[in-house]
Amino acid sequence: MKNKMKRKGPVLAMAGPVSIWMILFVTLPMLFIIYISFMSRGTFGGVVYEFSTESYTTLLSTVYFKVIIKSLKVATLTTITCLVLGYPFAYFIARKPREVASKYITLIMIPFWTNSLMRLNAWLLLFQTSGPVNNFLVETGISSEPITFVYTDGLVALGLVTSMLPFAVLPMYSSIEKLNKSLLEASADLGANPKKTFKNITLPLTFPGIFSAIILTFIPSLGIYTVTDMLGGGKVLYIGNIIKNQFGVIRNWPLGSALSVLLIIITGLLIFVYTRFAKVDELEVV
Amino acid sequence: MKEPIVRLINVDKVFGTNTVIKDMNLDIYKGEFLTLLGPSGCGKTTTLRMIAGFETTSAGTITVEDENIHDKEPYERDVNTVFQSYALFPHMTVFDNVAYGLTIKKVPKLEKKEKVMEMLLLVQLVGYEKRKPDELSGGQKQRVAIARALINNPKVLLLDEPLGALDLKLRKQMQVELKRLQKKLGITFIYVTHDQEEALTMSDRIAVINEGIIEQLSNPQDLYEHPETKFVAGFIGESNIFDGKVYEINGEELKIETNSGLCAAYGKNYIVGENVNIAVRPEHINYSKTPTEEVSLKGRIRDFTYVGNFVKTAVVMEDGKEIKISRFEMDNQLQEDDQLFINWNPTKAVVIRANEK
Repeated sequence: MKNKMKRKGPVLAMAGPVSIWMILFVTLPMLFIIYISFMSRGTFGGVVYEFSTESYTTLLSTVYFKVIIKSLKVATLTTITCLVLGYPFAYFIARKPREVASKYITLIMIPFWTNSLMRLNAWLLLFQTSGPVNNFLVETGISSEPITFVYTDGLVALGLVTSMLPFAVLPMYSSIEKLNKSLLEASADLGANPKKTFKNITLPLTFPGIFSAIILTFIPSLGIYTVTDMLGGGKVLYIGNIIKNQFGVIRNWPLGSALSVLLIIITGLLIFVYTRFAKVDELEVV
Repeated sequence: MKEPIVRLINVDKVFGTNTVIKDMNLDIYKGEFLTLLGPSGCGKTTTLRMIAGFETTSAGTITVEDENIHDKEPYERDVNTVFQSYALFPHMTVFDNVAYGLTIKKVPKLEKKEKVMEMLLLVQLVGYEKRKPDELSGGQKQRVAIARALINNPKVLLLDEPLGALDLKLRKQMQVELKRLQKKLGITFIYVTHDQEEALTMSDRIAVINEGIIEQLSNPQDLYEHPETKFVAGFIGESNIFDGKVYEINGEELKIETNSGLCAAYGKNYIVGENVNIAVRPEHINYSKTPTEEVSLKGRIRDFTYVGNFVKTAVVMEDGKEIKISRFEMDNQLQEDDQLFINWNPTKAVVIRANEK
């Protein structure tokens, strides 16, 4: 009895503060969001505390439904692009000596550390109608007239990929780097050519890293609104912008909450699949 | 029997500016158990990796069954490796690990299963096929690694210090098992180790490698009893090595002058004044408290070390050199600091040309 008490003390001391923090600033706000999503919208904005499923019916209406599907599509494309670009790069640097690898990592991290507004504005400047890219295309005759890049899905995708790439590269790098080289040699030794070795050994063993990369790119690119706002010019609607607008400009908090709940559910599902796929102790988030 | 299966012909290996293998020539015969023995960094693992295809030769040729394998990738070579760290695939079961070579070759399921079970029976791991590598002990992992390498029916099995991670008792047991396995299968084993006892226990022939050069290639008994170089004499078992000069020649009997005095040994084709080393095993050194008529060297007992099945006596010679004498039992007549005269039967001493290699 006394022993048990003794052991409980330190556990509480160590886990307590974090638990309280998480309950206060994550769990409670989340519950509150769910609560609001079932409330009614006030005539002039805000929340009227009356039960209603109106937000959810609105959410399933065609306009919003289309936006949700589109957002999922863009997030999926962004994720796939990040994986396709990121994996070979991560593999490349993971096979370099540590010092060299850390230089490449720094290169990846510099844009990541740069203020995102600056970065996005730079893209706008580069791709605007009279910007360097269009000038180049027109002058070299590749295109007869300037192409409208700005405020298109394409530029949004570019912005998303460049913002998310570090999140894809880092977890994949760490799991490729951990891959024991002698396993690859053993595979070759047993008759597998590089392609088969990749399929049978490298890919399955770096899967935790790939899945971390998926979660780390898919979830933010679904919810991010700075990129879509700036590069999409507000013309192109995504979940993130709508949530932001519902809470901000339009002041329809219940609908914003319902959309947030939807995002939380999607995220939760992904993490559920992940923990099912990979053992929890392999879960690595850089 | 004496048909070479693997031949190394004038092989060099250079890493940067560092030459790790120097002009190595080595014929490995079909069905033999050959050990590459040497201290760490001597180039023995590099040699093995060149045969496996993980390293390329910088110069020279390696042939397997008279075919130059220089341009063959590791996955195209008919040799298999048992890795030092086992290198089992952690995401696969024991069955899938062992079956890997056959899976790659797309062998039909039924035939594959039969072969895998046969291999597991061979290494006594039947019943473990559903386990993952991290659920196995070191010895079991080692068996899986061996089964996995043998399932492809390699012409040559390469083993890179496969028992290094096991504890002493298990290692001894596995040494015997490996040797029996090799005899049973008749496959050529090329075995890399730094453990001279392991090499002596298991091998048909041993190539002692030092600094990228084969110092001596012979069977275990010759290696122990007739070391050809000072390095081999010191590396294989324990030896007392004296530096000296040939002083007098009487037919095949040599008198050799060392810092500690004159001593005797047998040898052919030496000339007076030639620099030589004499190596005498600790168990071959005789001693007495008074000088004998024969040649004898004077020393003083430093201490005794009890090693269980024998006792080692350290004697400091007059020139400060320490030599070892070993006996099965403690001699109660002796005490630390006693003066002692040592000698040996000249037939038991090995003379080595000092300028050799």
